[in-house]
Amino acid sequence: MPALRARGLVYATGGRRLVDGVDLDIAAGQCTVILGPNGAGKSLLLRLLHGLIRPSAGRVTRAGGREAMVFQRPVMLRRSVRSNLRFALGVAGFTGAARRARIDEGLQLAGLAALARRPARLLSGGEQQRLAMARALVTDPAVLFLDEPSASLDPAATLAVESLVRAARARGVTVVLVTHDAGQARRLGDRAVFLQAGRVAEAGPAAELLNAPRSAPAQAWLDGRLYVPRDTEYRDGRKD
Amino acid sequence: MQGFGGVLGEAVGLIARWDPALVEIVGLSLRVTLTSVALACLIGLPLGAVTGAFRFPGRLPLAVLLNALMGLPPVVVGLTVYLLLSASGPLGPLRLLYTPTAMIVAQTILVTPIVAALTRQVTEDLMGEYAEQFASMQVGPLDRVGALLWDARFALITVALAGFGRAVAEVGAVLIVGGNINHVTRVMTTSIALETSKGNLQLALALGVVLLGLALLVNALAMTVRLSAARAANV
Repeated sequence: MPALRARGLVYATGGRRLVDGVDLDIAAGQCTVILGPNGAGKSLLLRLLHGLIRPSAGRVTRAGGREAMVFQRPVMLRRSVRSNLRFALGVAGFTGAARRARIDEGLQLAGLAALARRPARLLSGGEQQRLAMARALVTDPAVLFLDEPSASLDPAATLAVESLVRAARARGVTVVLVTHDAGQARRLGDRAVFLQAGRVAEAGPAAELLNAPRSAPAQAWLDGRLYVPRDTEYRDGRKD
Repeated sequence: MQGFGGVLGEAVGLIARWDPALVEIVGLSLRVTLTSVALACLIGLPLGAVTGAFRFPGRLPLAVLLNALMGLPPVVVGLTVYLLLSASGPLGPLRLLYTPTAMIVAQTILVTPIVAALTRQVTEDLMGEYAEQFASMQVGPLDRVGALLWDARFALITVALAGFGRAVAEVGAVLIVGGNINHVTRVMTTSIALETSKGNLQLALALGVVLLGLALLVNALAMTVRLSAARAANV
């Protein structure tokens, strides 16, 4: 049983199908990377899978367990690092000594023990993203959704975030990672899904898809070429 | 008739001597105002936060109503409360008319929409920032309201101070429901009106100076709170 199963997933708005009939199985305990060019619908698909957005059609079935998500721009509550962890744990139902122990664990995990009392919004971008990752992980999620968590980070901060993703994998957490970075997909992905214009162009083992893509959109993307389907029409300079 | 300088000198003398009549009036003003603001916050903060944090049928009309009620004319509030509390009114048996409690009721009605409307705006802006994170965490309604109120606390202190400013300077409603009775319901604003009409300008001006001082103090507090919040980087 996969951790998540999407069937016929559609999200349409303004007469356009931004996610168009996606069938997808997310393998439990593995890291699935979702790749594709800008506007392919990667982040939207992630939100549909997580249940933040209601699909226009289709459904997502879940194996169960808590889910958590880390956004490209981490949302820090206007309180201290420690209080951010405390809030997430409180919402997840942890109290008392168990909560205190998990707060300490989260601080260690994020490498932020020395900054526990610092206002979270005063942290650097990389520190905020580590805190967001730790805040998600301390609640013991079964599935962790990551929406380009290192998109605006430098290599050192990216490395720290990736080590947290590996830590999550080591705990048996199912990870669904949206990234536009093929290198990151290679480093972290067990499986890969390539989206093009809201549809799955190709899916399979990450190494296979990234090293020998079968679909034209994935080949073009990995080669750094712009891929424009032949039937695409342009109106007023915008692609429809 | 004394000139302005002479009157001002005597007024300052009353304040410096800690004149008992002056102290009594200022004390009652602060008691009525602070109680009203506290009650308005108890009602207005959760009401505003719920309106800002959730989408429900009637939310927009409620927000428009709260905004409109910010400009409630005090004399209309005073008249309404008077009719409710007068001997022939539905709350007449409570015998609250011409008591500080009646003044507190009137001022609470005046200040609550201010607190609620400003709280709605503050929490709605914050909710725009938190919405996806809260949805992802599956934050429940109580936790959501609590988190928004806590995280917006610096802005909400300013909101409460705005309510205080409105209440402490208000004269119409407290005059109607309090009756400006000496030693019972006489507050700064009603006293200033009365003493001026009696020609007792020293006491009127002394009260005016205190009122102005309080207004300055409130604004200084608001500024301090804003600066503290900025220093703490929106913690």
